[in-house]
Amino acid sequence: MAQAQRKIPAPAVTPETKPFWDAAADGRLVIKQCTACGQSHHYPRTICPFCGSDATEWRPASGRGKVYTYSVMRRVPEPYVIAYVTLEEGPTMMTNIVDCDLDSVRIGQAVRVVFKPSEGGPPVPMFAPAP
Amino acid sequence: MTIRGKAYIAGAFEHPTRKADDKSVPQLHAEVARGALEDAGLSKNDVDGYFCAGDAPGLGPLSMADYLGLKLRHVDTTDTGGSSYVVHVAHAAEAIALGKCKIALITLAGRPRSEGQATGTAPRVPAAAMPDAPFEFPFAPATANMYAMAAMRHMHEFGTTSAQLAWVKVAASQHAQHNPHAMLREVVTVEDVVNSPIITDPLHRLDCCVISDGGGAVVVVAPEIARSLKRPRVRLLGAGEALKLQMGGKVDLTYTGAVWSGPRAFAEAGVTPADIKYASIYDSFTITVLMTLEDLGFCEKGQGGKFVADGNLISGVGRLPFNTDGGGLCNNHPANRGGMTKIIEAVRQLRGEAHPKVQVKNCDVALAHGTGGSLGTRHASATIIMDRE
Repeated sequence: MAQAQRKIPAPAVTPETKPFWDAAADGRLVIKQCTACGQSHHYPRTICPFCGSDATEWRPASGRGKVYTYSVMRRVPEPYVIAYVTLEEGPTMMTNIVDCDLDSVRIGQAVRVVFKPSEGGPPVPMFAPAP
Repeated sequence: MTIRGKAYIAGAFEHPTRKADDKSVPQLHAEVARGALEDAGLSKNDVDGYFCAGDAPGLGPLSMADYLGLKLRHVDTTDTGGSSYVVHVAHAAEAIALGKCKIALITLAGRPRSEGQATGTAPRVPAAAMPDAPFEFPFAPATANMYAMAAMRHMHEFGTTSAQLAWVKVAASQHAQHNPHAMLREVVTVEDVVNSPIITDPLHRLDCCVISDGGGAVVVVAPEIARSLKRPRVRLLGAGEALKLQMGGKVDLTYTGAVWSGPRAFAEAGVTPADIKYASIYDSFTITVLMTLEDLGFCEKGQGGKFVADGNLISGVGRLPFNTDGGGLCNNHPANRGGMTKIIEAVRQLRGEAHPKVQVKNCDVALAHGTGGSLGTRHASATIIMDRE
């Protein structure tokens, strides 16, 4: 089954997360890493959710990851794949799997980030099968 | 300090309606409050503590307490979604143990069915400033596909099958056939469940709970009050609550907060899963039950599929009778919040007042468990254990 285009609601951008969305507008995925404990987290915060330090920095992510889990929502006008993707850098993020056959998605599948336009906001990071 | 033996559930009432076109939400709260107080043999003027959650219209308890005409010295509006009311029973017991109140009323009501909510398949618009929303809402997380992702991962890691999940619904339907108020009274088979349409892989229509109007209420009282009343005495033995979160991106959807709330409740109660004669388990979806049973320790992690199969949850047939009212899967899921009805059916079982066809023999110890929020993102688990004194 091919994927119809679902309208993507715009994410609310705050001062705390603006660098994430500015990078997205550039086609770059960034994540927060804590220089005190060394761990990366997602979604991004000013203060590390693991150790409580405010020494967090934006780092470029490779944009490569693997499908942790997914589901194809079928009982809607435009079926879509929701998923969690585990990034090479460690954190797992909620996303959609796009640009592929809905029925082809599998746990463990290698995927790469693609940015899709939202309705009046910055583009959002989704994932497509890795070439 | 413990709540063990410090409080009793003296009154319980489930609204008979499943579609309340002609009633307001505050009216439903008032009707279930009156029902639970009448069941206990008390009146609203006896109430000195009130507990409600996000389904109660207004700022915290203010509008509903005003509407009900209550005079209170203790309130608590902890909102953990569908598990709120299980948390409230525990918090009421704590307040009673500390002398902050003696007669605590807990109410739940709502009418999502009359209001035409697409509860399971439409993403709920997030409240402003929710920190997670910008990183989730664009991807259309609905209730059903979030639980589906937990089910998909559970199948991947443990080999759980759709047929095993279907047994949860089969057991609920076996019970619901005896409940005249249940929304779905037709007995279904494993084949019926796995052949029903896929909503969001791997969950079928019959893996999902009903959307219903209605509500329920319970009254939690101090020991001396319980002894003065004529009803069978249902005593609180232990309680546990826990939040399972996204852990900064260290996402693991294979377990629930019951891994923490369960052991806390069992430790306080001084009993083990082997002592539980009846369990009310939150059943928003079949997967919710299967994972919760594992995490509460009724079977090994990953063995939930085998545990629920072959009628093991059916009263009179299996080892662990569950949701003998038909649960959220068949009976009722008022306000999209199923914690209250879980407590009420456990009280019925301990009193010996469940339907004779599903009443568990010698039901002396029972458990009720609520899940609020989503197994696919963040949720609150709450467990209470009660006995018949």
